[in-house]
Amino acid sequence: MTTKLRNFIILAGLSVIALVAVSLLIYVGVIDEYTAQILTLAGVNVIVALSLNLITGFTGQLALGHAGFMAIGAYAAAICVMHFHLPLFASLILGAFVTAIFGFFIGFPTLKLSGDYLAIVTLGFGEIIRVIMVNLKDLTGGAAGLKGIPSFTKDLTLQPTLSFTWVIAAMILVIVVMHNLLHSSVGRAIISIREDEIAANSMGINVFYYKMLSFTLSAFIAGLGGGLYATFFGYLNPTMFNFLKSCDFVIIVVLGGMGSITGTVISGFVLTYLQEFLRIMQDYRLVIYPFILLLIMLFRPQGLMGSHEFRLTSVFGPRAKRTAGGKEGV
Amino acid sequence: MKKGLKIASVLLVCAVAFSFAFAGCSKGSNTIKVGVILPISGQVSTYGIQCRDAIKLAFDEINAAGGVNGKKLEAIVEDDQASPDVTTNAFKKLTSSDKVVAIIGALTSKCSLAIADLAQAKKVVMISPTSTNEKVTLAGDYIFRVCYIDSFQGQVVAKFASETLKGKKAAVLYDVSNDYSVGLTTNFSDKFTSLGGTVVAKESYNTGDKDFNAQLTKIKAAKPDVLFIPDYYSTVSLIMKQVRGQGIKIPLLGADGWDEITNNAGEEALNSFYSNHYSPDANDPDVQKFVTSYKAAFNGTVPNALAALGYDDAYVLAAAIKAAGKTDSAAIRDALVKTNIKLVTGQITFDANRNPVKSAVILEVVKGADGKLTTKYNSTVNP
Repeated sequence: MTTKLRNFIILAGLSVIALVAVSLLIYVGVIDEYTAQILTLAGVNVIVALSLNLITGFTGQLALGHAGFMAIGAYAAAICVMHFHLPLFASLILGAFVTAIFGFFIGFPTLKLSGDYLAIVTLGFGEIIRVIMVNLKDLTGGAAGLKGIPSFTKDLTLQPTLSFTWVIAAMILVIVVMHNLLHSSVGRAIISIREDEIAANSMGINVFYYKMLSFTLSAFIAGLGGGLYATFFGYLNPTMFNFLKSCDFVIIVVLGGMGSITGTVISGFVLTYLQEFLRIMQDYRLVIYPFILLLIMLFRPQGLMGSHEFRLTSVFGPRAKRTAGGKEGV
Repeated sequence: MKKGLKIASVLLVCAVAFSFAFAGCSKGSNTIKVGVILPISGQVSTYGIQCRDAIKLAFDEINAAGGVNGKKLEAIVEDDQASPDVTTNAFKKLTSSDKVVAIIGALTSKCSLAIADLAQAKKVVMISPTSTNEKVTLAGDYIFRVCYIDSFQGQVVAKFASETLKGKKAAVLYDVSNDYSVGLTTNFSDKFTSLGGTVVAKESYNTGDKDFNAQLTKIKAAKPDVLFIPDYYSTVSLIMKQVRGQGIKIPLLGADGWDEITNNAGEEALNSFYSNHYSPDANDPDVQKFVTSYKAAFNGTVPNALAALGYDDAYVLAAAIKAAGKTDSAAIRDALVKTNIKLVTGQITFDANRNPVKSAVILEVVKGADGKLTTKYNSTVNP
């Protein structure tokens, strides 16, 4: 109990300190708006990548349409704020719920089967969503996009700070939820499905139920990420959610290590930053970026973290045994 | 293995630290920094690269002539990959880390729309060279453009189809997921109908589609006199092949997205016309001077319309900074409103919505003396 409490205090303290400290640095201008933009964007990417890791890395079901879920969350949240004038927080949650419902109906027929069917279905689903968004002109603005989505605050000087705080707070929350879930009996069941579906089944685990749970939750988190993305950018266009966007998340997950929360967090921040950092290479940016990915995959095929976790609590002495997550990579 | 990883991580940390240091340093105050956001990679990179080259050419000419108010103009170019979210990142980089005095960009309408509100809120002057969507400059009084808007262009093509080609029945094949294409379709149809014609077929496809035969079969059955294909050259060249393959021999019409079609299509492109911002073979001293210096600087490449617009954009901005006498955003904006100069794409003045009032030209695709496709100036349509 004491270890648990101690770990909790260390992690909660570190998270809050890091969040407040970085927010303050952005507020006083030590971290400029551009860097704040990248950090916030990285936060959104991490949220969606984590959701993908839940279904792909931990449950072992390849999904290729997370940009589609993100799009639903983004448009649903934006429409809730703009058309129904709901408060931002409620809209984000509602957007995530709508996405989860979609996830449920996509998962229901596909997850009964074992094999790579989910990859194909989600791939198609992502494209369908994009095309629907283009054609639902009255609601989504069609190909012109949805303009003027209210931001986290109207105050321009506060915008970078508050965007960062909201997004990173949400990211920490997602990390905590995922970490606790994966260390519960439900999480063990989910991981056992990845390891061996038949063995899990014969041990009395309801494989379909846990796959559905994982997939729906994954959609929920991706929808939340989408909602934050919409509020953060203030502009949505269906082309922002194409297949390449889904690939970006797969890259983050694979590079960080399938089945590692900290791996996804680290690679999410590193890759988002890398793409912007490489702007100094000018025209060769998109040559160098894939080249770096190639090198990492060649020398570290299991991803940066493999399936290991980096435990912040272990930094503070050998007593800590469990619990991880937190603020790595920020 | 472990050693390699350690080295890699050290390098990565160094890179990050290095980049922070990079963001911190800035050049002396005898330059005026202008941010340029264009698609240097991605689907429309040909446009972005030519536009960038032309802007740099213009800046070099201005600097060689003594610069603006005794200072040199410096272009800081960022790639937007023709994607709205990357554009926003580039915008934030230019405004907060490079501290540019004004932005030239973005090229595509969707990218301009993504940053127009931001630029207005931050009171940064933004002049888009080529975004033709009406909504772009409606974001506020700091947003300008040097190209005409979709509604004007759609009307020009409709007028040409009806009055010069004497078309009575028109068909349209457009990209429903591309805002540019949708906007042109609406404006073309409205004007063509009001001129006494009928739009007999309106078929659509999605970006990335490769087969258009189903739509073309329907269009063929409707027996139109002209076919309007408002899209970018890469798609249009695909469509043209299938149009002629189906035995549809009517004239094809397009808009400024067709620029470069002569380098991307074969003989099927003959008997087609498109509206554009300028014609490289026009007998105008400004045009000839631009074409000559551009060709000299870039291995004899004939500049496309987007290059001409980028060039004009740079000159409009330079003139405004000169007139303002300082690099204050509000002063530059006030000077821009009073712009009245003759440039490559025509006499430029701004209307109440900060759109330029100028004419469009119609080009015809013909076979040149060397057997290659080229464009021929057909007519000028005034607003």
